[in-house]
Amino acid sequence: MLPPRNNPDLISLLAKSPTIDQTGSIERVARIQARSLKGAAKLQGLRMALSMIDLTTLEGKDTPGKVRQLCFKAQHLHDQTSDLPKVAAVCVYPSMVGIAKKALGDSGIKVASVSTAFPSGQAPFSVKKDDTLFALENGADEIDMVISRGRFLAGDYQFVFDEIAAIKELCTSARLKVIFETGELDSLDQVRKISDLSIAAGADFIKTSTGKIQPAATFPVVLTMLGAIKDHYDRTGQMIGMKPAGGISSAKLALQHLLLVKEVLGEAWLTNEWYRFGASSLANDLLLQYQKQLTGKYQSAAYFSID
Amino acid sequence: MMSNTTWNLDPSLESTALVQIKPQYELFIDGKWQAPLSKTYFDSINPADETHLAKIAWANQADVDLAVRAARTAYTNVWSQLSGAERGKYLFRIARLMQEKARELAVLETLDGGKPIREARDVDVPLACNHFFYYAGWADKLLEAFPGQNPAALGVAGQITPWNFPLLMLAWKIAPALACGNTVVLKPAETTSLTALKFAEICQEAGLPPGVVNIVTGYGDTGAALVAHPDLDKIAFTGSTAVGKQIQKACIGTTKKLTLELGGKSANIILEDAPIDQAVEGVINAIFFNQGHVCCAGSRLFVQESIATQVLDKLKFRLQSIYVGNPLDKNTDIGAINSKKQLETIERYIQLGLEEGAEIYQPTCELPSAGYYCKPTLFTDVAQSARIVQEEIFGPVLTIQTFRTIEEVVQKANNTPYGLAAGIWTDKGARIFGVSQQLQAGVVWANTYNKFDPASPFGGYKESGFGREGGLHGLRAYLKFPN
Repeated sequence: MLPPRNNPDLISLLAKSPTIDQTGSIERVARIQARSLKGAAKLQGLRMALSMIDLTTLEGKDTPGKVRQLCFKAQHLHDQTSDLPKVAAVCVYPSMVGIAKKALGDSGIKVASVSTAFPSGQAPFSVKKDDTLFALENGADEIDMVISRGRFLAGDYQFVFDEIAAIKELCTSARLKVIFETGELDSLDQVRKISDLSIAAGADFIKTSTGKIQPAATFPVVLTMLGAIKDHYDRTGQMIGMKPAGGISSAKLALQHLLLVKEVLGEAWLTNEWYRFGASSLANDLLLQYQKQLTGKYQSAAYFSID
Repeated sequence: MMSNTTWNLDPSLESTALVQIKPQYELFIDGKWQAPLSKTYFDSINPADETHLAKIAWANQADVDLAVRAARTAYTNVWSQLSGAERGKYLFRIARLMQEKARELAVLETLDGGKPIREARDVDVPLACNHFFYYAGWADKLLEAFPGQNPAALGVAGQITPWNFPLLMLAWKIAPALACGNTVVLKPAETTSLTALKFAEICQEAGLPPGVVNIVTGYGDTGAALVAHPDLDKIAFTGSTAVGKQIQKACIGTTKKLTLELGGKSANIILEDAPIDQAVEGVINAIFFNQGHVCCAGSRLFVQESIATQVLDKLKFRLQSIYVGNPLDKNTDIGAINSKKQLETIERYIQLGLEEGAEIYQPTCELPSAGYYCKPTLFTDVAQSARIVQEEIFGPVLTIQTFRTIEEVVQKANNTPYGLAAGIWTDKGARIFGVSQQLQAGVVWANTYNKFDPASPFGGYKESGFGREGGLHGLRAYLKFPN
């Protein structure tokens, strides 16, 4: 393979990415995890987390019926409990975007579509472009694209940058989330580098994982990405969104992630405009804990629908 | 769309139901609670809200004499007759009992001294237990520790501990002393006697022979009486450099072996290639751990000029999520200042900093109305010749200086009468070794700060003291080597 050719501007951009110390990152996260959430603050946290969910189904065996059920759940998380927030979005494959769009109607819940040959990204750009255009034409409000990890690891940063920028150009009104698949990257230094690169290329959100590879949204990885968002904001005043995805299945983990956001980025990010959880099973644990917080009693999981 | 979300944490208080505090404590001498011959008591208060905790016996010279006699008798008749393995059994038993009572000890430490429950629970008590476990293991291996040197116990040790880590400093002193076969008379600091007295109860529960550990409580005069006692073989002191100098004078012309662990004004150095977010977090841990009441606190920050603005901005932002308040709240990062006297000292230094023309930064946060509290404080635009840069403040106050070259920062870091600790932050391994070899400090932490382990020796250069505590080196302080 030919040595990668990177534009000098891109080289100088990446040279500014600070180095990340793994041990220190783990210690910072431990401080957050030692925080104790009680009472009204816990209730508020659970509501926030519910409102930030991208309710997701990304399976080869997905059918229109399955997607319609998911969309119903998105609008009716638990009708036995009054005044619950709605989730932020439903996240599906491009082929399901039209069905989801119709099922969600004017609920205000967004349709997010994965794209660019999700999850591997191993396709020619023309395919990735068509994939994205198809999702957009069917009404996707948000595009969750994957980066070309192989090119990134090979040092071909220009290729990765150009690809993100080209997809961004297609998303005239849709918001673009860029998925790194951090489980395939080698170190926190790499995570920081791809965060800085993606933000410069036009990402509206940066997202950890596809959910198909482990480890996914680990705390040190998320902390590193939040650090990149913070530094970008301090430099430019522009907010970038964050979406951890994969492995966040309990309310406890979700609340710890929100505390991390509060301390690292600030409260301005504590809204689904700027923060999302990519999750398929998180909602029910949040609902279970929410009921517990309201009534003081745990209910059986059997009282919560499994769509 | 900007959000107006505010998300404030509710109070999350650790329960005090587990803790038994007696209304009045006597002296622990010869395995028994003995009323002081002085007939006097002093009050111990909770610095978090100024409430009364207990009355505590104030030992005079006669009381100290009783304690030393008990220790001598126990040494001669019992402790020196036991094998190392037997001594080790007692130490293991004490360590296990401390672990069993860990929560109670942590809450008590927080109530009496004002430190955040998170630190007492996660740092002080586990480390104190680990010191006993560690030295218990050495008790029957002294010959192997010092092959061919025929190590022998010293006899009776007088030990004086400070108020910043009351139980942990007790462990640093008592565990190696007992493991090496000595008996002890320990005087805890007057503001923080309660965990030492709880430890005395643990010694009783462990069946430790009477007189092996004696606890005499009181103020500085009690400590002075202990230091002056003629029948001691060893003095170990942790505290201020000023008191350390008095003790050293008092020991001149005696055969008492002496170790001093004194003050510090440690440099924390960030080079421009450092992992910057982790370095900022390290600075927070270095100076605000335990309200800055840490002898090795990284109280002088040196930042390379090219990243100074960024580091300062990040520090200021980080301070917004530091919680100052009730030490029993599990979310508290900075608890109560240990005493009114110490709060006044810190406030005097903050005033002095302003008079010296330094730029001050404190975050906006509400402090509780009762109790002794101080906001985390940053001083920039400070000169090497400023007193706030030169003198130990022993509070949550950080001075920040910039530098251009490594040569310059090494000179400035060493330009102090102290030499306890230092921190260096850089991505380059070679620089870590290059710089730390030039720093006159007992401990140099690289890309971390305030890390302690029983197996690692700790102690100072210059006026930060002499002798080492912890690790194999810590044994040497409680042994003599006849040949």
